[in-house]
This record gives sequence, C-alpha cells and structure tokens, in this order.
Amino acid sequence: MKRLTNSVCFFALLILAWAILTGDFAFLGMPESLWSPYVLPPPSTVAQYLWDNTANGKIPLSMLITLRRLLIGYLIGLILGVPLGMLAARFRCVNDTLGMLALGLQALPSVCWVPLACIWFGQTEAALLFVVIMGTLWSVLLSTQNGMKNVPPIYARAARTMGSGPLHTLIFVTLPASAPFVVSGMKQGWAFAWRSLMAAEIYVSVVSGFGIGQYLHYGRELQRMYQVIGVMFIIIAVGLLADKILFSPAEAWLHRRWGTGKE
Amino acid sequence: MQEKLHEEINAFPTAKLSIEHVCKDFTTSSGPVRALDDVSLNINEGEFVCFVGPSGCGKSTLLNIIAGLEKPDSGMALIDGTPITGPGRDRMVMFQEHALFPWLDVIGNVMFGLKQKPNLTDKERLEVAKYYLFLVKMDRFAHSNIHELSGGMRQRVALARSLAPNPKILLMDEPFSALDAMTRERLYGDIQDVWEKRRKTIIFVTHNVREAVCLGNRVVLFSPHPGRIREQFPVSLPRPRNINNHDLADLSQEITSALKGYTAAESD
Repeated sequence: MKRLTNSVCFFALLILAWAILTGDFAFLGMPESLWSPYVLPPPSTVAQYLWDNTANGKIPLSMLITLRRLLIGYLIGLILGVPLGMLAARFRCVNDTLGMLALGLQALPSVCWVPLACIWFGQTEAALLFVVIMGTLWSVLLSTQNGMKNVPPIYARAARTMGSGPLHTLIFVTLPASAPFVVSGMKQGWAFAWRSLMAAEIYVSVVSGFGIGQYLHYGRELQRMYQVIGVMFIIIAVGLLADKILFSPAEAWLHRRWGTGKE
Repeated sequence: MQEKLHEEINAFPTAKLSIEHVCKDFTTSSGPVRALDDVSLNINEGEFVCFVGPSGCGKSTLLNIIAGLEKPDSGMALIDGTPITGPGRDRMVMFQEHALFPWLDVIGNVMFGLKQKPNLTDKERLEVAKYYLFLVKMDRFAHSNIHELSGGMRQRVALARSLAPNPKILLMDEPFSALDAMTRERLYGDIQDVWEKRRKTIIFVTHNVREAVCLGNRVVLFSPHPGRIREQFPVSLPRPRNINNHDLADLSQEITSALKGYTAAESD
C-alpha cells in the first residue's frame, strides 16, 4: 500500500509541476507559462485534446487500426519465429545459417526497413506489417532457440524412458521446459513490434487507415504539440496495458511454478 | 471402472534380465575408454540387485543399456528372452538428479508416463497416480509445485512417477546420492517397503557399499578400466534392514575391502 501511495504521489507531483510551469494555474494568480504552447503545452490542453478526440471517436478508431496491425504482425512473427527457433536449436545447419542471419538482423532497428518496405509494398498495410514482423521475428526466434538449448538433457531422457517419441518429447517436454525463455522472448518481441510500428506509422502515411502514430506525425506537421504529447501518452498506456494484461499473468504463473524470480 | 483400477493396481508384472557378453566403448578427448568389457549377468524375476563400484566402472552405462537409452557395441541385453532395442514401458528409470518436470505439479509428473499407457481412461489414470502418491506418502502434496518440495520429497515423487506405469523392472541410478543422511535412511526403509509391496525387479546403482548391502538381495561389484564385474555377494540379512545394523556393517566391510583390492591393483 505504501509503495502504491509513493508511486501515485510521485506522478501527481510530476503533473502538478508541469501544470504550474506551463501556466495552468495562472488564473489563481500564479505565473504564466514559461514556454510557448508550441514548445510545451500545459496538461489541461493535452487532457482536453484526449477527451475531445476520444469522445468523437477518432482516437478509439485509430487505436483499433494500430492494434490490428500490431496484433497481426506480432502473431505472424510468433508463428514464424517459434518454429524457426526450434529448428535452429535442433539442427546445426539451420543455426549456422538462419541463426546467424537472425543474430545480425536483430541488431538492426526495424525502422531501418521502412524505406525498403515502401519500395517493395508501396504505402500499404503490407509495408507496415512487414516492419512489425521484422521487429518481432528475430528476437522471438533467438530466444526460442536459446531456451531450447538450455533445457537440461535429463528431461528428454526421462521422457524417453516413459515412452515419449521425438515429437511427443518436443511438444510436451522441450517446449514447456523452455517456456521461461520463450515467454521473455515473446515479451521482447512485443516491445520491438510496438516500437517498430510506431516508427513506421510516423514515417509512412497509409491511406488504408489512420493509425495512432500518424496522429503524432500530423501533430508535428500542424505544430500541435498537445496532440503529440497526447498521442505519446496513449502509446505509453498501450505498452503498459499489454504488459500487464498479456505478459504479467504468464510470467507470474511461470515464477510460481518454477519457483524463480521476484519477491 | 473400480474393477479395472483394481486390475491395474493389483497386477504385479516382473521380469528376468540377462546380460550377455556386453561391451561398450566411449570416445573421450584422451582416446577410447572401455566402459564395459564382456559383461554377463543374470537377474531373476523380483530380485533386488545393487551395482556397486567406483566412478567409471560402467555400472551406470549398463543401467542405461538395460533402459534402452544406450546400445551395446557387442553382446546384448534381454528382458524375458527378448532383446532390448530401445526404451520401453516395461522398464522405468529413476534418475540421480531430480529429473522431475518443473512445469508440471506433483500429480502432473506422476501422470506423465501414465498418459502414454493405453487402455486406461484419464479418470483411471488419475486414480492410479493418486494410489502411487499414497504409496510413497506424498498424497498430501499432489498439487504442490516441484520447487516447493525438499530433496527427499522430490525423490519420492520421482519414485511414484517411475512406479506409476507399473513397469516390470525399476532401474534406479544413484537416486539418493544428493540427499542428506537422515533423509536417505528414511528412504531406505520406504524403498524396501515399496519393493515388498510392488514385487518388482529392481536394479539399483550406487557407489555407496553400505547402501547396496542395506537394499539388495545381491550386490554386484564392478571395477573400472575396463568396466568389469569382479565379484557378487548375496545378501540374506532379514528385512526390513537398518543401515546401522552390525551384520550389515560387517558385510559392507568385507565388500569394501574387496573393492579396495581391485582398485589398488588397478592403480599399480
């Protein structure tokens, strides 16, 4: 409880300081804003922007479009990454080829793919999906491979003596045994996917749908910094929510079962 | 259903084993090592045999060959006259480290092998699993996570897991080596109890002579470089045996000095 109070107080003070410095309390006789609203808008205009555009449905619609891109791209990345990671763990030749490729491309921020994606796919959904997949795939692949390689061989031996064939062992022993690694890879993949999609949406305008990142881009074009900051808040909120809803329960379960980790 | 369950639990399958002229080499960084050199051995139905010897004497290799996890270079291992070609449900292994699956709870681990046994419904499997947990006194912990158990409790669960598919032969590879003395003593009593109740052929690998004498009907002594059977000692002490018993200590003394003789001759 004390820790929660600490967090809440901290953020309240942060916003309060922001409000004071940007003149939100000028009507109470406090000083006017230190900066022009084009540099740093007060929290009230940001809140106003978020409220109005949520009420008129623009933000919910763009979030729907963005999340759809994110989910589809992420799922494709997972569906490709997990089996490829398993292959790379199992076969040396896959490790030496695809594994090396993954290692190299993982070091490349996936926004670097945007120029090529635009040439290859045009300004379409496919271009955005491609960038998201490039963000997800490699880290999922590598952590799946790493997880499978770290499974103690005794598990597979024990399973064999109990009658498991190779496929049964793979699905019911090696895969669950590497779950802690796979889940942390999925989490990292999600973070990369989210970052790369935002970068791509800011970078590329796609007529098929106006995503949240594009609002940020037009906020900049129109010098509406309250819009830019509002969208930044939304991006943070989505990232946090995904973490809490998707990954925290899975991680908590893993920690409980394995007896690892925190607190 | 009740009847089928009875049938499953009251079946006491057992088998005899014969090892015929088994040889096995391993290649190590310092050249080939002969782990087993022309080893022959017969084990009767329902017998409790202990393999004893220093590390590198091939006792675990022989166990793995019987389990079907490794193949001999020459010679063969037969179960009831049939050559062993791979792992099978008639032989279950209990490993030295706890090889329990941390992603499953206690009952899930015991169910793992059972799930692959045909002709049982899931409900029956669950009942069978509960019976074996009860047998090893772990029924209160059916839904515990593995990491919450002590070393001794884990090995009890491992025992239940290997007993549950009702194998003919139980292979135990230094199962108590990582446990403290008190826990081990309690398990000596329990394993003798299980052997009497389930009447299985048990092969128990250990480097602890006392442990072997406490548990086995017969102690088979191995010596290393190359791995060979040197001598066999029948143990006819009354059961249940206590590891601190005088006669037991005397016999272990005798076996230990024999063992020392072989290893000393070896190092000269």
